[in-house]
Amino acid sequence: MADPKETVSSSPRRPPEGAIPVKLKVNGKDYDLRIDPRTTLLDCLREHLHLTGSKKGCDHGQCGACTVHINGRRMNSCLIFAAMHEDDEITTIEGLGQPENLHPMQAAFLSHDAYQCGYCTSGQIMSATALLKEPCGPADADVKECMSGNICRCGAYPNIVAAIQSVRQNKEKSA
Amino acid sequence: MKTFELTRATDGAQAIASAAKSKTAQQGADIRFIAGGTTLIDLMKLNVETPQKLVDVTRLPLDKIDNLPDGGLSIGAMVRNSDLAHHPLVQKNYRVLSEAILSGATVQLRNMATTGGNLLQRTRCMYFRDTAMPCNKREPGSGCAAITGLNRGLAILGTSEHCIATNPSDMNVALAALEATIHIRGPKGERSVPIADFHLLPGNTPHRETVLEPGDLITHVTLPPPAPGSRSLYIKLRDRASYEFALASAAVVVTNSGGKITRARVALGGIGTKPWRSPEAEAELTNQSASEEVFRRAAEVALRNAKPQSQNGFKVELAKRCLVYALKAATQAA
Repeated sequence: MADPKETVSSSPRRPPEGAIPVKLKVNGKDYDLRIDPRTTLLDCLREHLHLTGSKKGCDHGQCGACTVHINGRRMNSCLIFAAMHEDDEITTIEGLGQPENLHPMQAAFLSHDAYQCGYCTSGQIMSATALLKEPCGPADADVKECMSGNICRCGAYPNIVAAIQSVRQNKEKSA
Repeated sequence: MKTFELTRATDGAQAIASAAKSKTAQQGADIRFIAGGTTLIDLMKLNVETPQKLVDVTRLPLDKIDNLPDGGLSIGAMVRNSDLAHHPLVQKNYRVLSEAILSGATVQLRNMATTGGNLLQRTRCMYFRDTAMPCNKREPGSGCAAITGLNRGLAILGTSEHCIATNPSDMNVALAALEATIHIRGPKGERSVPIADFHLLPGNTPHRETVLEPGDLITHVTLPPPAPGSRSLYIKLRDRASYEFALASAAVVVTNSGGKITRARVALGGIGTKPWRSPEAEAELTNQSASEEVFRRAAEVALRNAKPQSQNGFKVELAKRCLVYALKAATQAA
């Protein structure tokens, strides 16, 4: 894990031609980077910051495996140039919870067995946690609609919906 | 992806001056504005778009939704689709717009996509997106692979022998029915273009999709005040229930006064090379009874000039039924 304010070289071998300086704030930490302007936020997170929880599925904004939060809103990090998000608060699955301190949504995915291979899971959880603050109706059908940007090729959908609904109901009870 | 220079615009004039140096504002532009990126970055990854310079306009102060003195609404070009769809004034007065936006893409994409960008959304024609194939829109003069190829999802209205690509946007269809005006700032000053004139038919120049010239920046979109007593809604038919482009869609704004239609605005999506307003259907509905027979007549005239391709003949009847269904829903007792 990088130290706060660490300067990370974009390549351990040699800086690429045309690299530009970019400051990013990810999971509360500041990073000074030199990256190619073509670098998507997803590639930046994975290849430069070594935050590999966000996954690359389609790389075209169709599958949702790369979902992260920018200023609290969920977005597809594969369709975003990292260099356009200086001054923004970026949150990845690594910033949501840790193994010893799970976010309630992560715990619900565990207890509801809401995954099989797990490749889409971080994107599903990033979408699901954002959904808690969005205008999403109460029914399972509403959740399915709001989660349609996250594809699960194993077909864990019923348990994903159940996990999300359990967190929403617990939130309601505690509210 | 081809490499590019990225600059961040701090004011509109600077952004316009930068982009005015582009050879074109249409397909193949060497300088592009970038906002949400949901279309542009996708196409850059496919090498369909290869700009040498990107001007990031996301920090320009164009992200407000404001009431207008005449009772209409002003929507900044940088307003995100999610914010527009969920805005209380849009939900109250322009329901068709909210429904259209929420029927398209996903929450993640709607959180990224902007009003200005959605107006410029590019076709999903697979031949446009595949640089190995001929496409007159992508590469003028190379031919159209879709006419003799896989054209199930493509257009039946407004096509030419050079291009049958569908305008994929849902938002644009609602804006057409609402008679929105597009406000543009360019190197020569400001101008306003009715949405009906903003998108171009493919004709002999399918690579030209809008009236935009180099340096032209969409600043905002205005909507006229809601028609008194009108109801509006959006019906979208597609292969799956969510996250899919329309095979046919209908945006209607109808005033029903005691069973008689006094005013109607109709636009169709998924079937046209541009957002397809149908003045013919509107004329057929106006001052007629709100009956299925009248709705069917309106649908017939709206599709009268349909020119189906080898695989999309079903869209003619589908679009008619879609419009009839939308009109019935919009005129039913609340």
